[in-house]
Amino acid sequence: MAATNTSSDVKLIGAWPSPFVMRPQIALNIKSVGYEFLQEQLGSKSELLLKSNPVHKKIPVLIHGDRPICESLVIVQYIDAVWASGPSILPSDPYDCATARFWAAYIDEKWFPSLSGIAKAQGEEAKKAALDQVVEGLVLLEDAFVKCSKGKAFFGGDTIGYLDIALGCYLGWIRVTEKMNNRKLLDEAKTPNLVTWADKFCSDGSVKDVMPETDKLAEFAKVLMAKFRAPPPN
Amino acid sequence: MAEEVKLFRTWSSPFALRIVWALKLKGIQYETIFEDISNKSPLLLQYNPVYKKVPVLVHNGKPVSESLVILEYIEDTWKQTPLLPEDPYERATARFWAKFVDDKLMPSIWHVFVTQGKEQDEAIPLAIENLNLIEEQLKGKKFFSGETIGLVDIAFGWMGNLISVLEMVTGLKLIDAEKFPLLQAWMQNLSDVQVIKENWPPHDKLVSKFQAIRETYLATGAPK
Repeated sequence: MAATNTSSDVKLIGAWPSPFVMRPQIALNIKSVGYEFLQEQLGSKSELLLKSNPVHKKIPVLIHGDRPICESLVIVQYIDAVWASGPSILPSDPYDCATARFWAAYIDEKWFPSLSGIAKAQGEEAKKAALDQVVEGLVLLEDAFVKCSKGKAFFGGDTIGYLDIALGCYLGWIRVTEKMNNRKLLDEAKTPNLVTWADKFCSDGSVKDVMPETDKLAEFAKVLMAKFRAPPPN
Repeated sequence: MAEEVKLFRTWSSPFALRIVWALKLKGIQYETIFEDISNKSPLLLQYNPVYKKVPVLVHNGKPVSESLVILEYIEDTWKQTPLLPEDPYERATARFWAKFVDDKLMPSIWHVFVTQGKEQDEAIPLAIENLNLIEEQLKGKKFFSGETIGLVDIAFGWMGNLISVLEMVTGLKLIDAEKFPLLQAWMQNLSDVQVIKENWPPHDKLVSKFQAIRETYLATGAPK
């Protein structure tokens, strides 16, 4: 018998533009777990957030019962373990699991900084170098996709898994970056499998309602950059 | 099927030491391949093409890289002497703090170690703040995992011993017994664990090595 789960048992502190927040959202959707979404406002941190994540003071934070869990990939693994009767998110084979964890760590520690490096790059040459670096990383991930998917639609096989979530959450921002820099990062020539994968990922039932529209995200990016460049208040 | 486990490491890599401890705690037989970082073997480059670093665990010909990933793999593959708790919430907590060690705590301590003067003075408060956070996790516990060592102890363990080397090299006392009584006790308890005690690189050799590293950083300027 399924345990009763009212939405009030599960809360997620987050914000719609954040790729990190999207990760637990997708995971909860995969498990068909209802939750209450507590939206943080840009530029301020709620009391609940500061209390629930005193170490990093960042989103996402999952609150299950009254216990907070922080760090997006830690949360995803927690969701997978707690709602074990739902579809599996982490691969069951230890080696496949290690492979997924390795690439998820690579994405966050090496690849994502290169993506955010584009906005920081000053001048045409630096921008091009930054964009090239992001593409190089995607080429590595294309290769990883071929090995992990074993001919199936996702890194996780027939259904979305840990590594799909780890990379897929960035697709909105990848598209915004492509638009703002007038250059394709995911393209047919270098990363054909990832191009196909991206479309499947974004149209998946557990993703489509939480993936922000590119235009809306692009508008948000402009607001963010304006704030970033604005002189500090006196 | 005969089990073949190999560990590519250097004599001093603290990340590789995590794997040594995990394998020994679980009683797993393995072969060590020592790497010379200035002259990496073709095998290492083949097994870890992305980072070209140690440690790399090779299990029946299949390589796993990145120490925290390797630790989880070892935990998934060999179930004896668990390093992670069963309860998902406690697991999540352990993973959170292991990540904190690598993402925040270690870099902040390292930054103190590779700087001097004003820059060092400015780096110290963050290291102390991070040490305070981890000190709190030891309240009422012998180890981060409770009565026996686990993931977070292994993740932070090498610093527990290496801190004395870094303090000697910089002349600074970071883990002061008065300010960090729990960490101090933990370091003592850790060094009493057989597997840790028996698998610690020679102190004098570590001092020379880290002295040389610090001098290089001070001469060339620490990367931010």
